Amino acid sequence: MTGTLTLAKAINEGLRTAMEDDPKVLIMGEDVGKLGGVFRVTDGLQKDFGESRVIDTPLAESGIIGTAIGLALRGYRPVCEIQFDGFVFPAADQIITQLAKMPLRSLGTIKLPIVVRIPCGGGIGAVEHHSESPEAYFTHTSGLRVVACSNPVDGYHMIQQAIRCDDPVIFFEPKRRYWDKTEVDRSATPLGFDRAQIVRPGTDVTVLSYGPMVKTVVQAAVAAEEEGRSLEVIDLRSLNPLDTGLIFDSVRRTGRCVVAHEAPVFSGLGGELAARVTEACFYSLEAPVLRVGGFSTPYPPSRLEDDYLPDLDRVLDAVDRTFAF
Amino acid sequence: MTFDASGGADAPPELVQLLTPEGERVEHPVYDIDLTPEEVRGLYRDLVLVRRVDMEAVALQRQGELGLWASLLGQEAAQIGSGRALTDADMAFPTYREHGVAWCRGVDPVNLLGLFRGVNHGGWDPAEHNFHLYTIVIGSQTLHAVGYAMGIQRDGADAASIVYFGDGATSQGDVNESFIWASVFNAPVVFFCQNNQWAISEPLEKQSRIPLYQRASGFGFPGVRVDGNDVFACLAVTRQALKNAREGQGPMLIEAFTYRMGAHTTSDDPTRYRVAGELEAWKLKDPIERVKAYLFKNQFADQDFFDAIDAEAVDLGRDMRKRCLEMPDPHPLEIFEHVYAEPHALLAEEREQYAAYLASFEGSER
Repeated sequence: MTGTLTLAKAINEGLRTAMEDDPKVLIMGEDVGKLGGVFRVTDGLQKDFGESRVIDTPLAESGIIGTAIGLALRGYRPVCEIQFDGFVFPAADQIITQLAKMPLRSLGTIKLPIVVRIPCGGGIGAVEHHSESPEAYFTHTSGLRVVACSNPVDGYHMIQQAIRCDDPVIFFEPKRRYWDKTEVDRSATPLGFDRAQIVRPGTDVTVLSYGPMVKTVVQAAVAAEEEGRSLEVIDLRSLNPLDTGLIFDSVRRTGRCVVAHEAPVFSGLGGELAARVTEACFYSLEAPVLRVGGFSTPYPPSRLEDDYLPDLDRVLDAVDRTFAF
Repeated sequence: MTFDASGGADAPPELVQLLTPEGERVEHPVYDIDLTPEEVRGLYRDLVLVRRVDMEAVALQRQGELGLWASLLGQEAAQIGSGRALTDADMAFPTYREHGVAWCRGVDPVNLLGLFRGVNHGGWDPAEHNFHLYTIVIGSQTLHAVGYAMGIQRDGADAASIVYFGDGATSQGDVNESFIWASVFNAPVVFFCQNNQWAISEPLEKQSRIPLYQRASGFGFPGVRVDGNDVFACLAVTRQALKNAREGQGPMLIEAFTYRMGAHTTSDDPTRYRVAGELEAWKLKDPIERVKAYLFKNQFADQDFFDAIDAEAVDLGRDMRKRCLEMPDPHPLEIFEHVYAEPHALLAEEREQYAAYLASFEGSER
């Protein structure tokens, strides 16, 4: 069954399928019911599954995660929506001290199959707290799986895989890509959700990215090709754990590596990737691993976000610099 | 000056009491209970044995066998009364001090010691006992209890959840959020607040300008203050609150007015912040002595009974000590276990590397 879907609609259909498959799957969050979520990702689900399965919650993020944990202890599989990236922090305590650690605390007797969906990243002209990339806070927290989808195919399949997973999953959705469309084959066997994917093969330099930056990097690869440079673009998809096998294999072939993300470079996921690639691929590297990302500033007012967000040119600039060594 | 939400500016808050500190049985128009002598003897036994468990754990800590212990001394009645009000199907969410409730739920006292000895973070299966793991972050478990109660609602089950927390926790955002959620979803949950007067060194005045039970009215559900040192009253009120919850009447806040007779934990020194006279006054309201007096006075128990319970307590403490000392340290590679339910590449890699590192020391002193 194939059709053209936006990312928002693909996740919506993935949620719908998961709810049809398993009556224990619940959706909870602010405005997810009647309104269908501020990005309409849960559109129509409350109408079809009822208020007890699609729960409009009080406006309290810690409450959303804390009660989801209680529901999971009772055998439910809650999918929580945090309305915007910058509003996950009131829930950070429940996510970090409880969600991530309770299974270990229980010596494995407790499973918390909870998905926390977070629309993330900038580029939509929003006010403060609506454009952030908080993934590194969560990849740094053991006990959580962290994934980021970048396109409708992954949106449809990965959300279902995340829901089926017995571990807590932080699920990042690139909000500026919600309206991008592609063909989605609903019956295709999906790639494992802890696997990375080569979205554009190349030979000269490996560019690692995820979420909203994948599209930008692919555009950079198209532009680079015109200049005679072949970029291999990898969509990480899973940020914890990392699919290091595929990453290392690519870098050993190309000899060069650039990491691109929206989040600030300092202490970002790019640092971890650079360290791991350097350690594993040291004798294959022709240049140090370079990182391109947000500045070490809070996310700027939206009139400046085009300067903050790495664009095609900044990715290509980093690529150029790897050839300067 | 305190604000009294119930009306009169200086009206003392009502305290539900069924057994006075002198062991006199008193009636209450709303909350009453009919207990057979055998049931009272059972409660007495619970009270004495959990005090003994607590005493033994304090001693084990003093002797270096536990890293820490949070004593329940003085709060036995609040915990046994509420704990014995639960049915098997009800689910309890404790703090780290609910050793008496754990006892009521059939958790082996030795299993409480693991986290304080440092061999695990929680040593029992919550689903087996319907007693959740100890939660150390203050107030976090209140939301878990409400979520669990929302699950009970969805299952249509004849059950309720109860969550324990202290007076300090009532200042936490999570506790206030849990009140809101319980209220708007009419969740079958009982909030059992043991107001032991002290949050480490901070007295109740640092947490609230009104009696804690009155907080409930602002959230839209009933609150009641019960004599937390009266096991009869704690049992009666909790039983009623759980029944109401199971029958769809929503949440209730119980403030068990009690006193932390010991330190916050074995790392604390209460002589720095409270006067000795306070403890002496509360000793006169001891939760165990009043039950003993009641049993004696009514000739529901003789000296042989009390001697037998004391002997049982000695044996329990001895057995607990022995099994605590026998508790093995976990194997180093267990550090990687149970972090994830499903295979995780990074942990598998780190485990393998650390195993190889450990193996490199084989045959030599590390």
